[in-house]
Amino acid sequence: MVDQLIIGGRKIKSRLFLGTGKFSTHQIIPKLIESSGAEVVTVALRRINLDAPEENMLNFIPEECVLMPNTSGARNADEAIRIARLAKAMGCGNWVKIEVIADNKYLLPDNLETIRATEVLAKEGFVVLPYMCPDLMDAKRLRDAGAAAVMPLGAPIGTNKGLQTRELVKILIAEIELPIVVDAGIGKPSEAAAAMELGAAAVLVNTAIATAGDPVVMGRAFGKAVEAGRLAYLSGLGATKEFAEASSPLTGFLESVV
Amino acid sequence: MHLPDVASAFLLGGESLKIKVNGQEIELERNVTLSEFLDSRGFIPERIVVERNLEIVTAEAWNQIFLDDGDKLEILSFVGGG
Repeated sequence: MVDQLIIGGRKIKSRLFLGTGKFSTHQIIPKLIESSGAEVVTVALRRINLDAPEENMLNFIPEECVLMPNTSGARNADEAIRIARLAKAMGCGNWVKIEVIADNKYLLPDNLETIRATEVLAKEGFVVLPYMCPDLMDAKRLRDAGAAAVMPLGAPIGTNKGLQTRELVKILIAEIELPIVVDAGIGKPSEAAAAMELGAAAVLVNTAIATAGDPVVMGRAFGKAVEAGRLAYLSGLGATKEFAEASSPLTGFLESVV
Repeated sequence: MHLPDVASAFLLGGESLKIKVNGQEIELERNVTLSEFLDSRGFIPERIVVERNLEIVTAEAWNQIFLDDGDKLEILSFVGGG
């Protein structure tokens, strides 16, 4: 069975996208990329601390990975566009995860500003993957604005609450012809598998792995869950039923003792 | 006697200028290129991106730009993020 995820003209090996925030040390990142099989990796762009420059993130991400800088810190479209252009100037490709957030409590994305940023950046040749609140009309607007994929949240960032937006994500999967990547909120491998069973093209996981007792092993678990969920989706799930249906033949072969 | 700023600065021996780097004020000598400034701070060119007065400066142009009084630089690099 040929099952190829292609985004922005690039064939993507793994349907698990990996966030690199919140890890206690960068040293763990290459091990995690190996154990999880992830190929698409997100990073953020920040001011260098002039007094104490940190060791650079890029040293820990293998060359063959697809680097997806996010625009975190942006509160509107213009800031997201500025960050995206700066990230591109680093010379690590033209992918960008648009993240426009003005709400500090729930970190929910601003779909309107996200659509505006997507339109500008897609025209400039970026491969744009916008993070969004799952809304069908806005997903269509993102598609029309030139997004390469649409990334609805499962639950607020960093909450590990799972796929709370399941019904809405399901609608996006059914109605939008672009890859749907569930981003944020996925807290367990079983939830990643559930998103994949629904027909998500990929999931993006960060906190659930970064805050696990053993992130490298958890990364492996997520890699397997995403694969299992994808296979389940491709093979077609059996129907659910209200009443029991025996799996063994019910024809009696023992005489009743009553 | 009124002298132009540059001349008065020269006569008074004040050959420094002030720029802002990542929001932090820094005093520099005159006639320093962006490239020399970055080198002096030990930044590795392939790992940073520089914005000067809201415009991205590509690495090829770093040695052609002389830092000016009041310049605002943003020096950024990739960090972990989701």
